[in-house]
Amino acid sequence: MDLRRDVFQAIADPTRRAILLLVATQSMTAGAIASQFDTKRPTVSKHLQILTECELLKKEPNGREIYYHLNPNKMKEIANFIEPFQKLWDDRFNKLESVMKNYQKKN
Amino acid sequence: MELKTKVYAEDGQQELRIEREFDLPTSLVFKAHTEPELIEQWMGNKVLKFEAKNHGSWIFETKNPEGVVLFRANGVLLNIKENESFVRTFEMENTGFPIQLEFFEFQKISETKSKLVMHIIYKSVEQRDQILKMPFAKGINMAHNRLEEIIKG
Repeated sequence: MDLRRDVFQAIADPTRRAILLLVATQSMTAGAIASQFDTKRPTVSKHLQILTECELLKKEPNGREIYYHLNPNKMKEIANFIEPFQKLWDDRFNKLESVMKNYQKKN
Repeated sequence: MELKTKVYAEDGQQELRIEREFDLPTSLVFKAHTEPELIEQWMGNKVLKFEAKNHGSWIFETKNPEGVVLFRANGVLLNIKENESFVRTFEMENTGFPIQLEFFEFQKISETKSKLVMHIIYKSVEQRDQILKMPFAKGINMAHNRLEEIIKG
């Protein structure tokens, strides 16, 4: 269950990424989303459940229908996931540059 | 502040590209990657072994002040072209991560400027994403460990 709530695990699946793209522009019902895929309805429901559990999607009742919409805050978390990694290498390379500048001066 | 280092990680791919321009000639950036004393200075870990030759091997290690090993990695060096490129394998010990393949390219921009391109290939997309998330995880990251030491120090 823990795995399922992991956003990175959630976006590891291409169908789920496609679902996110679909609802990015407009909120949609499960039926409308399923109609965009060749896969069976229960499969799409399962994907929606996983995306909802990890909070990438939010359910919103509208009359008798339930609409799924994108949670932009959670999406931002994914967009930012390269950042710490990038920062780490940046720090390291900045260090390299200063170490080698020093070396250059001495030699 | 904008970071000088760029990391390209396309969705659904098992590779990563890290690019960085240096205000240094290619020869010095290459040296920084192939001379043990210099590697130690900027990577912040001990270099237990580094044979800068084809099929040579390397071992890096970081211990905390109590002498506990926080990080240990090893691999072999292949296809070394001085001041141009080399390939190395990278295995992080005791993590369960599969070995990764790393291509280093040292590109000349001018006499005083150069660009390093690191192309890293992982065993799978999942492995790559796991590695990317690692800076979030505690303890395992050597640069962060070092940073902590400096702050605490």
